[in-house]
Amino acid sequence: MLQLDAVDAGYGGFQALFGVSMRVNAGEAVAVIGANGAGKTTLLRAISGLIRPTAGAMVMEGQDLIRMPAHRIIETGIAHVPESRRLFARLTVRDNLRMGAYTASARAGFARQLDYVYTLFPRLKERQGQLAGTLSGGEQQMCAIARALMSRPKLVLLDEPSMGLAPVIVTQVFDLVRRIRSEGYTVLIVEQNVRQVLKVADRAYLLEVGRIKSSGPAADLAASDDIRKAYMGV
Amino acid sequence: MDCQLDIFFLEAILNGVLLAGLLALLALGLNLIFGVIDVVWICYAELVMVGMYGINHAYKAGAPFLLAALIGIALVALAGAVLHLLVISPVLDTPPINQLLVTGGVLFFLQAAATMVFGIDFRNIGIRLGSVGLLDMSFATARIVTFVVALAAMLALWLFLRRTYLGTAIRAIAQDRQIMPLMGVDSRRLYLVTSAIGGALAGLAAALMVLQYDIYPQIGLQFGPLIFMICVLGGLGNMIGGFIAAFIISQFIAVGSSCFHTEWGYAVAFLFFMLAIFIRPQGLLGGKG
Repeated sequence: MLQLDAVDAGYGGFQALFGVSMRVNAGEAVAVIGANGAGKTTLLRAISGLIRPTAGAMVMEGQDLIRMPAHRIIETGIAHVPESRRLFARLTVRDNLRMGAYTASARAGFARQLDYVYTLFPRLKERQGQLAGTLSGGEQQMCAIARALMSRPKLVLLDEPSMGLAPVIVTQVFDLVRRIRSEGYTVLIVEQNVRQVLKVADRAYLLEVGRIKSSGPAADLAASDDIRKAYMGV
Repeated sequence: MDCQLDIFFLEAILNGVLLAGLLALLALGLNLIFGVIDVVWICYAELVMVGMYGINHAYKAGAPFLLAALIGIALVALAGAVLHLLVISPVLDTPPINQLLVTGGVLFFLQAAATMVFGIDFRNIGIRLGSVGLLDMSFATARIVTFVVALAAMLALWLFLRRTYLGTAIRAIAQDRQIMPLMGVDSRRLYLVTSAIGGALAGLAAALMVLQYDIYPQIGLQFGPLIFMICVLGGLGNMIGGFIAAFIISQFIAVGSSCFHTEWGYAVAFLFFMLAIFIRPQGLLGGKG
């Protein structure tokens, strides 16, 4: 579905990704793990066009992402749930979801898709008239994911969904991730919570200072001594 | 000072309310631009001036007033979009002082250009709508029309911002411009549309003002400071705050003018403004909203 080949990217003069190659197959949940500052967020920002790779290739279902304006990338079927959720705090939950369905193709199916995400997350329906900024942390993450689903994506990019949430909420957020997987969405998730994310993912990549250090089935990475020592505190 | 609680005092208050409609409309355009693009169009009142000349010329050339007004609105909407493209977008990511300076430059440019092209004489469109009497009071029909149309326009804009995708995106981009591409929104296009709407509001204000005021190149100096004062008092970028502030300030002007002299009305209004800003520097309703 999504293929990256030798992608370099960074901010200004600072390079954060060095020759990153990876792929996400349809129906998979793929995790990218790594320490703070390893380039995980940069990777997702490069895929959705918020920053421009300086070298390499990125293709989504045959469409070249590198030369596509950032606001068109959503139309290829990629929806990005950004780090720290980034809801429009002073818009209602419903207006946030409406922003998720901004593209012409998504607008046409807005009512149906709204019903669908409300069935998936009934809590959001209860809160639809409330300002998004007044939601609890877990509800905000729910709203951010629902907003991404409003564009009827094929691939959902999740950037640190557990960040800044209380441990009990973190468990709920990973349940949300399992839910959207079982709904048939392909997922690319970036996390520092290595232990939890490897339970959700099929495959994983380990990113260290901007380079892919290892990759394989999630269970293999979870069993690797190096990873257990470095990232799971065992 | 001759201030008595008589029917003329009531007349002054009601005239203040009518003036507030126009001032609220003027403040709305500026607040919309600041709220969304984070730029202050110092030259906003000069765009109104351009619209007034445009409407006057179209009308004198034989267009019916409503058509002339539409031409004026389209003209200033276009001017707003051009202002954004040529002047604002090159300095959008530079310090705010640059944006103030370039739009300040446009202010003086437009004033000077209008003086060269049209001369310094006062022009009047020459439409007399008469007045409406109520008890012993008398109100200019043009003021009543202005009030009603301004309120209707503000309501229309409010509905547009609430009900449409484009309007929702305009409210959203004011809160977080970086993630707009993730929603599939082309920010540059959205800024252009917002600038055109801001211009159209200035054009509408121009169409209403030609019915009440003479047209001259420096008319922006009469209204510009007033509009800024209202926007800042309400909380710059806060459209509802600006609406409320317009009603407060126009009361100071109307009642002050009635009790003292016309100039005193403005002096009292600005004095109140300074005191209010000492007490609430962020404006009545805080920042953007």
